Amino acid sequence: MKPENQPELYIISSSPHTHEGSSVERIMLDVLIALAPAFAASLYFFKLDALRLTGTCVATCLIAEWLCRKAMKRESSIRDLSAVVTGVLLAFNLPPSLPTWMAVAGSLFAITICKQIFGGLGYNVFNPALAARAFMLISFTGAMTHWSSSDWAASLASGAADAATGATPLGLIKEAVKTGASIPHFSTATIMKLASGNINGCLGETSALALLLGGAYLLYRKVITWHIPTAYIGTVFIYACILHMVSPATSALPHMHLLSGGLIIGAFFMATDMVTSPVTKKGMLIFGVGCGIITMLIRTVKTGSYPEGVSFAILLMNAITPLINRGCRNRVFGTKS
Amino acid sequence: MQTIKSPYNFRGGIHPAYNKKLSNGSAIESLPLPAVLSVPMSQHLGAPAKPCVKVGDEVKKGTLIGAQNGFISAPIHSPASGKVKVITDVATASGRPCQAIVIECDESNETEFLPPIENWQKSDKDDLLTRIGETGIVGMGGAGFPTKVKLSPPMDKPIDTVIINGAECEPYLTSDHRMMVEHAKEIRIGAEIIRSILGAKTLRIAIEDNKPDAIKAIEDAFQDIEGDVAIAVLHTVYPQGSEKQQIYAVTGREVPSGGLPMDVGCVVENTSTTFAIYEAVIKGLPLMQRVITVTGDAVQKPANLLAPFGTSYQDLIDACGGFTEDKPAKVISGGPMMGFAVSSLETPTGKTSSGLLLLSKKRVSQYSSQACIACGRCVEACPMNLIPSELSQFIEAEDIEGAEEIALMNCIECGSCAFVCPAHRPLVQHMRRGKAAVMAKRMAANAKG
Repeated sequence: MKPENQPELYIISSSPHTHEGSSVERIMLDVLIALAPAFAASLYFFKLDALRLTGTCVATCLIAEWLCRKAMKRESSIRDLSAVVTGVLLAFNLPPSLPTWMAVAGSLFAITICKQIFGGLGYNVFNPALAARAFMLISFTGAMTHWSSSDWAASLASGAADAATGATPLGLIKEAVKTGASIPHFSTATIMKLASGNINGCLGETSALALLLGGAYLLYRKVITWHIPTAYIGTVFIYACILHMVSPATSALPHMHLLSGGLIIGAFFMATDMVTSPVTKKGMLIFGVGCGIITMLIRTVKTGSYPEGVSFAILLMNAITPLINRGCRNRVFGTKS
Repeated sequence: MQTIKSPYNFRGGIHPAYNKKLSNGSAIESLPLPAVLSVPMSQHLGAPAKPCVKVGDEVKKGTLIGAQNGFISAPIHSPASGKVKVITDVATASGRPCQAIVIECDESNETEFLPPIENWQKSDKDDLLTRIGETGIVGMGGAGFPTKVKLSPPMDKPIDTVIINGAECEPYLTSDHRMMVEHAKEIRIGAEIIRSILGAKTLRIAIEDNKPDAIKAIEDAFQDIEGDVAIAVLHTVYPQGSEKQQIYAVTGREVPSGGLPMDVGCVVENTSTTFAIYEAVIKGLPLMQRVITVTGDAVQKPANLLAPFGTSYQDLIDACGGFTEDKPAKVISGGPMMGFAVSSLETPTGKTSSGLLLLSKKRVSQYSSQACIACGRCVEACPMNLIPSELSQFIEAEDIEGAEEIALMNCIECGSCAFVCPAHRPLVQHMRRGKAAVMAKRMAANAKG
């Protein structure tokens, strides 16, 4: 009980005394909601593998996050849901046949090395899921590029594909580019499959439609703005159009570039990662264009060995985000420049 | 006279819940004279007034009790007749202690006003300015800058546009709104006096489009006015009432960084201030009272009260039927965006007290702040086009110079950034601390040089 005559105590704090009600947790929850359609698609196409890998990654990320905070004697950050987002995004970037232990190793790397060592959410330089994927691509090259759960490649482009291991559309294109052979022909039916996700590829990146649905939700919820996805996808499209006009025989159709590989998931879910992308609209546009150019360079330059460039493109742009932020400040009200 | 939709929109800004319905339909009521008034000597920007009465002195309503103390300062008048009980220190709304003259009010209601200025149109500009100075008029929108100084720009800064600020963009507050609805005629005369002092060609009354009744009242009162006069109807967006943003919204001119409205030929006066100028010139009344909105979910009957300066918050609350069952968890002088949280209901009102907001626990948001996730929402919200996220990180790291380089001093502390921050970072608090450090550094440099 409050003693008599003691004055009421009121809360004192700096203005403003009101808030719109947004929170980091809500943003992360929105990202998870936006990823739900793609998860459903991956369950449909890859069955138990989708469940196995996504479950493994999310569980490992959460445990790693909890242990790191404990070890650093800091407040637990489990509840901000960012570790769940990292787990889901990492899983979506893995091939369905990947052994479980590798997914565990990748998740541990994502949370400890890529995120918590820098200080946790907000301080990381690179998108943890993408950095972990790059680490896994280098460490487990074979398993990370092994696509076996579909007979797609064999039936559609048997000449260029290794039917035993399977291949992604971009893998086939890259192979053709490197050997100087003509680009495999992809039928309309193939393109429909690309859009729906019934193809070889990572768990969550294959269904463009499901990802676009999620992207639309993020835009609607104002979690992301149009700037990065539009600049990114637009740049890839224009780049691919130019290539195709210059040399139709040796370059893939532009929409192949849009729908295959990790472009859609990268443009809507990875490049838009707030922590590792610029804060101003101008900066976001530059970031998106940079991602697009690097992606296409990796995908189409002959001497390169990776068929897919989205991960590395975003990681490279993550690295120069502080520079972009510095160079793209808005003109302060009442100043000339 | 015409009504125009303002063609300019400043960048950024936010749309908080306005909650004005609580009090915007309540007509202005006079508060019954409190038994005691603690009149602070600092109700304005600049040097506090110097008490010029002694304990035991009899004062009348309008007696000068605090003398202006320097160029940027203002005199203080007794808002009631009575006796000086004690001169003591009180905590003002901003938390700074200041001297106050405590007056025991009596019912005699004796007055000591100045003579009205007959035929002000023909009087000398300097006489009008003197009147505005000697009646203690300061900017009643919040800053409390002495109005006489504002209306005396140097010769090389001609003023072509006067803007009467009726935006009242702070959520909850309705005192300016009610003033416009109920005193549009007086505001018109006040505006004409300002225009004539400055020799300004253009007069604009800036009102947000969420106050249609105020727009109507002003339209009616200003109907037959001559010259380039218009009501500028502004979008309802916070901080539309901020001087720089409003000048841009009305004229398309940007006050240069570090500059003043007069640098772009503008003067902005708040509606309550404009009314005070009318009363000072036409009626000879010193500034002794104002309308204050008492509102929030923790007060029984939200109201717009005409209360003498020095009224304690407790007296205002009592006049509004006391607290609701919820009781306040936070007591705010002003609005929720820029007001000050106060610790005591003994706090007295002053010339800049536009509102008293009482929020119950369920309306008070208390968060622990997290690391910046660089979402960029503060960047979008900032009406000054700053990067609040980066600024706050510089200040957190004690790199005050770094913050200064990226335009810290342009921050107007409107709170838009903190309002939208999903990590609930105390951005405005960081800015204030950073700005204070820069000012201290500049003062030290000046003292040396």
